[in-house]
Amino acid sequence: MTFLQDAPIDSERLIAQVAASDHGAVVTFAGNVRNIHAGRGVVSLAYSAYRPMAEAVCTAIVAEAGERWPVTIALVHRLGEIAVGETAVVVAAASAHRDAAFAACRWVIDQVKERVPIWKRERYADGTELWVDPTAPEGVVMPQARP
Amino acid sequence: MNSHRVLLFARYAELMGAGAVEVILPDHADIAQLVSALRNLPGGALLPPELFVAVNLRRAHLATVLGPGDEIAVLPPLAGG
Repeated sequence: MTFLQDAPIDSERLIAQVAASDHGAVVTFAGNVRNIHAGRGVVSLAYSAYRPMAEAVCTAIVAEAGERWPVTIALVHRLGEIAVGETAVVVAAASAHRDAAFAACRWVIDQVKERVPIWKRERYADGTELWVDPTAPEGVVMPQARP
Repeated sequence: MNSHRVLLFARYAELMGAGAVEVILPDHADIAQLVSALRNLPGGALLPPELFVAVNLRRAHLATVLGPGDEIAVLPPLAGG
C-alpha cells in the first residue's frame, strides 16, 4: 500500500476503494491548499516527505483506526508542488453506520498532521517563500539564506 | 569509532546545506552524542535546542543507542495535511 503520490488525488477512486455492501456510511475529508496563511497571499505549497517513514506511519495510523472503530480507511497524501485549490490529502472512512465513519475520519486526519513526516514550504504572490512550522509563534519560519 | 550517515529534511537540510551528513561517533554512541556531533558541523549551530530524531523509521530518545547500519534522520517540525 502506498499512501504518498505526486499525481493529483482521485477522491472518487478512494471512495470506491472503501465501499462495501455492508458499509452504509462513507465520510471523506479533503485538505485543500488555501489561498491565505497568516495574512499572506499563498500561490502554492511545495510538499516534501521522509518517504519510507511517512509510509510506515500512515500504515500504522490506518491499522490503529481499524482497531479503534469497525472501519475501512483509504488515505493518500500528495507531495510536490500543489497549487491553491488543489487537494493535498484525502481520507475516506467507511463503516456500517455514520458515527464510526465520522469519528475515524477525523481521528485519521488529526494523526496524519501530528505524526507523518511531511513538510511544506509556502510560496507567496510576492515571490517570497516560508517553511510552515506549526510550533513557531507565527506558524512559519524563514528559509535559510543561500551563502 | 563509527561513521553514521544522518538524513536531513526540509529546513534542516537547508540549514546544514545537505540532505545527509556523516558524523563520526564512538561505538555504542547514543542520540545525545549524535546531536552534539551534528551541532559542531557547518550550520549545525542553527538547529533548534530540541530535535526529533528517528532511528529505523521510529522516533528515538536521547538515550537510544545507535547500532551499525541504523537509518538515522533528523526531522523538522511536522507540517503534513
